[in-house]
Amino acid sequence: MNSAGASQFNIQIGNEPTLNVQPLLHQVRHALDKLLSDGDPAIIDLRSIPLAPGEEQSIIDLLGQGEVHARLNALGSSEIYETRYAGVWLITHYNEENIIVSRFIEINDIPDILKSQHEDMSLAAHSLMQELDSL
Amino acid sequence: MTEIELLSWARGPGLQIATVIFVAGIVIRFFEILMLGRKANLAEARGSEMSGGLKTMFTRTVPDRATYKRSAFTITAGYLFHFGLFITFFMFAPHILLVKDIFGFGWPSLPTPIVDAFAVITIISLLAVLANRLNNKVMRYLTNFEDLLTWFLTLAPLVTGYIAFHRIGFTAPTLLAMHILSVELLMIVFPFTKLMHAFTLFLARWYNGAISGYKGVAS
Amino acid sequence: MKKEPFLTKVGPKDAALGDVLRSNGVSRRSFMKFCATTASMMALPPAMIPMIARALEQARRPSVIWLSFQECTGCTESLTRAHTSTLESLIFDAISLDYHHTLQAASGHAAEEAREMAMEENFGEYLLVVDGSIPLGNPGYSTIAGISNHDMLVEAAKGAAAIIAVGTCSTYGGIPHANPNPTGAVSVGDIITDKPIVNVPGCPPIPVVITGVLAHFLTFGVLPELDHIGRPTAFYGNSIHDRCYRRPFYDKGKFAETFDDEGARKGWCLFKLGCKGPTTYNACATTKWNDGTSFPIEAGHPCLGCSEPDFWDGGSFYRALSAPTENIARTAAYTATGAAVAGIALGALNRAKKKASSKAHIEITIDDLER
Repeated sequence: MNSAGASQFNIQIGNEPTLNVQPLLHQVRHALDKLLSDGDPAIIDLRSIPLAPGEEQSIIDLLGQGEVHARLNALGSSEIYETRYAGVWLITHYNEENIIVSRFIEINDIPDILKSQHEDMSLAAHSLMQELDSL
Repeated sequence: MTEIELLSWARGPGLQIATVIFVAGIVIRFFEILMLGRKANLAEARGSEMSGGLKTMFTRTVPDRATYKRSAFTITAGYLFHFGLFITFFMFAPHILLVKDIFGFGWPSLPTPIVDAFAVITIISLLAVLANRLNNKVMRYLTNFEDLLTWFLTLAPLVTGYIAFHRIGFTAPTLLAMHILSVELLMIVFPFTKLMHAFTLFLARWYNGAISGYKGVAS
Repeated sequence: MKKEPFLTKVGPKDAALGDVLRSNGVSRRSFMKFCATTASMMALPPAMIPMIARALEQARRPSVIWLSFQECTGCTESLTRAHTSTLESLIFDAISLDYHHTLQAASGHAAEEAREMAMEENFGEYLLVVDGSIPLGNPGYSTIAGISNHDMLVEAAKGAAAIIAVGTCSTYGGIPHANPNPTGAVSVGDIITDKPIVNVPGCPPIPVVITGVLAHFLTFGVLPELDHIGRPTAFYGNSIHDRCYRRPFYDKGKFAETFDDEGARKGWCLFKLGCKGPTTYNACATTKWNDGTSFPIEAGHPCLGCSEPDFWDGGSFYRALSAPTENIARTAAYTATGAAVAGIALGALNRAKKKASSKAHIEITIDDLER
């Protein structure tokens, strides 16, 4: 999202928010409570809510960055941060031209996509066996 | 006919037809009324017609005590829906734009949630007024088709406008077309009904005041 | 123009998508990323991601035939921008695009033969994608390899499982259909009435909406839920107005009056400048364009209403929705003048009648004077 040009023309930057920032953060808080009490994770699709220019960034700035930063290289890169609120993770998927294709806030002890997948592990066990056989 | 075609017709030829009938009807009726003239009063004038007439045009806005006591409900509800009609039509931004487009001037609007609230109040008062009319034996006896028709045609733009704004039932172009068409229907029927009071009330009030003024009594 | 396909090892036609991805070295984790983005693209809640993963794992690669008729190629352009995300092209590569004028390498007889073969081999199962309107005025107005659009459509529709009409031209007639419609252009739905049709209008449609519909078919094997004019409700269920971030300004009555006044600079509502957002249903305000960068209103231009039928004839793009489309002031003025004359004449008639009756000592009331 390019905001440099926008400030030059100052066309659409308004001061009025969509009033969606706070409700979204409340949703995150509720999800975190649920994770603590029932162990149920939750995922929020940031692209599913209308946000004024700059609001998505302000949500991300508010959530901040915590102790964990992981980078995925699968069909383009993906950036995964634990925000400064433990259990609240920001996942941004990029395509191979480095354009954001989706963005999620996942409330979990670790995002599902970071975990190694069963099918991949089966294939890995098989190929490791083959590698050992050839040694 | 697609939704957009219907909407375009309502905004274009439909409005033209309605305007012609509306304007022609009102202008012709005014000329007829004025040209019919009044019977010559051969008595000597004891006061001023004009000052009595002009004063009454405004003082009649406030009903006198006795009248109010007799029909408190009708007067209050009536004032409420008239005021509501004024707010919902004249103080809503898109409507002001319509006037500006036709006449070249506009004015500041009220915030939409306020207009929305007034629309609800107006609809309720109109319903109350009808309920009162039908419950009162005398009023029900006097009610004819025209009374009910004009009531319906006044309510329709309010209700269709409200649901168009809140998107209830159909998709937006259809709702907007229905709203505009209901207004056009009102415009077409207007000059042939008692709704003409919107324009003739000042004439009537003037005349009442003038009669008394001529005789030199208060009105 | 032809992008390098992501999936180089295609495998048998009826191979499941999961197997195809694996044989191309796409890990399960990558596949999960793909499913998450697909869910977001289809405007489905993230909770459905596991279900989508299971469905896509088993999905078969449908054959897709894309017919371009009386169109400007804008819809194809919208879909195949050089920097289209790999995930969108993954969907594209996940289908078997057997025929497309602009994208295919083959041309001439070879291309037409490829089309006919694909139609025969997959009869009853292929997806037919159509962009552009069909001229009925004279079949010669738009032909491909000497075959008129109408004939090609009817023939291709026979073996199609479903038809996806992409762009306002094929869904509702679009710009060729606008007054006076010199070519007699009609939409796909006007010609084909016995096959399920999904309308994906827009001039052009948002690319992610097009791929979202394809993804839906790929995942669930059925067409998405449609509204009363055939548009998927997932993307066309809300009006621009109901999702516009400038709505608070509309509600408060703060409008931009011209394109560069203070209101415009502050990002106020564009209703007065002719925005058709209130009567237009599309995903522009949420999904936006160019991978979520912006959309016309955010860039300061009122919505044209391009995903609605006959939007070209819906009054000026720069006239507010509540303003009349014709000159009412002039009509009112002329009518008033004419009515004044008529009124004077009728009034004179009444006076004459009144005078005559008083002379004849006949009593008359107002009812006698009314016609």
